[in-house]
Amino acid sequence: MQSDIFAKRKKDSLIFFFLLILLTVGSVVITQYDVSKGFTSLLKAFIWGGSNFYPDGKSLTILPDVLRKLWDTILMSIAATTVATVFATLLALVGSRTTRMNRLFSLVARGIASLFRNIPLVAWAMVLMLAFSQSSITGYLALFLGSFGFLTRAFIETIDEVSNDSVEALSATGASYFHIIFQSVLPSSLPQMISWILFMIDTNIRDATLVGLLTGTGIGFSFDLYYKSFNFHAASLVVILIVITVILIEMVSNTIRRVIM
Amino acid sequence: MKKIEEAILPVKPLTRESLTMWILLLVLSLLTIYALAAIDYTSVDMGKAMADTLNNFKTIFFHPAAHRLSLWDAFYEVLITMGLAFLTTLFGGVIAMLLGLLAAQNLAPKQVTNIIKGFVAFIRAVPSILWVLIFAVAAGLGSVAAVIGLTFHSVSYLTKAYSESFEELDRSVIEALMASGANWWQIIFQAVIPSSVSSLLSWTFMRFEINFANAVAMGAAAGAAGIGFDLFMDSGFYFDLREIGLVTYFIIAFAIVLETISTNLKSKILIKKA
Repeated sequence: MQSDIFAKRKKDSLIFFFLLILLTVGSVVITQYDVSKGFTSLLKAFIWGGSNFYPDGKSLTILPDVLRKLWDTILMSIAATTVATVFATLLALVGSRTTRMNRLFSLVARGIASLFRNIPLVAWAMVLMLAFSQSSITGYLALFLGSFGFLTRAFIETIDEVSNDSVEALSATGASYFHIIFQSVLPSSLPQMISWILFMIDTNIRDATLVGLLTGTGIGFSFDLYYKSFNFHAASLVVILIVITVILIEMVSNTIRRVIM
Repeated sequence: MKKIEEAILPVKPLTRESLTMWILLLVLSLLTIYALAAIDYTSVDMGKAMADTLNNFKTIFFHPAAHRLSLWDAFYEVLITMGLAFLTTLFGGVIAMLLGLLAAQNLAPKQVTNIIKGFVAFIRAVPSILWVLIFAVAAGLGSVAAVIGLTFHSVSYLTKAYSESFEELDRSVIEALMASGANWWQIIFQAVIPSSVSSLLSWTFMRFEINFANAVAMGAAAGAAGIGFDLFMDSGFYFDLREIGLVTYFIIAFAIVLETISTNLKSKILIKKA
């Protein structure tokens, strides 16, 4: 009996590794990934990074300009998150199993959330740029649409998890729909929802770099400008400022999470 | 008497928790109002842009068509993106397995776990597109830079997930094995990994889902191959809205399949924990 377990475990892992190797080889062929170049370029990148990718004295002159762009980007990320939160909360209340009005609406709400979440941020950004051109509104709207899908799904899960029993209890006492929402569902899901909001702000600041690269706005545009003009000292300064911002925001978020949860 | 009154009518106290939450929400709302007021609306004609965008989305979603790419080409491009995502997840998983063991508090000394956690937090703070572009200087734009650059974020995500899965193993199991004379590697391969293998696989798959979305983005922003690059070319160079529609539908179809699988896996992990 004992040996059977070991034999089975061995067979399972053999099949697993065989599949893994098959998929790996398939992926390497299909993406034309050069394995040896992967290793050598990793080393090369570190050597290059050490010798070129650090801010020097001259690059510090761009600091005020970059800081202003960074501040704009942070504001945009927060604004996109909060506005998306309002819409996502409404849709999540419709979509959640415990608070839905009927099955059909819930299904539609979940469908909308899934659609918005799975349309890549890149697609939002590029299509919005066609009409809104190179303005900060483009970046803001792209982040808003992406956050909306993500937050709706997260909020639906939160409401489903948190508020099953109390909703039943309250509806048994004859509380109205809005009483149930405002007295039970929202208060009990609020800490978890705020945790998601904080996560979204943090994600949006990093995604804002990507959107900025594509649409020519915010901090992503600054990086792109210096990067493409081979001014790597300045580009590295931008990266360092982004890292400091993200880490600071994460620290604040973690402190808040510790207090509220 | 007073006690009974309190029991009947508990006044909701303003605790530290709710105070923090309300202050946070207030600050965020004020910042949002400030941000929305500070946007320069004069550079675009908002009404016209909105209408144009709605029109564009209508074309994209209701009239998708293949011009430059055939249906098979589009499918093959998605496969390339999947391949990039797979390689990224694989490399990330292998490295994260090692780092995860070193970051688990029941398996490694406290100083080591702290160093690893700090390292991982730093990796996470750099946006993934920047990792890719930094590596593109040495490796050139293409799949090598995309895979290596994206591997960084996979490592940070999976290290955290893996180490938390490892930490669920009861301390007594490890102590029993140590007492019987098993060495560190034996403990890892005979107890730690077998007991957490299902949650490891689930986390890895969830990362694969994220990596698919990232690989699409890198195709567009860093010239990596795959469907993302077509999205970029169609919208940035050919202005071919109908083909953007086709490409978007392909991405959504694959993404929804991955999302469904990973949602099921996630609920399995939650059931196991509960």
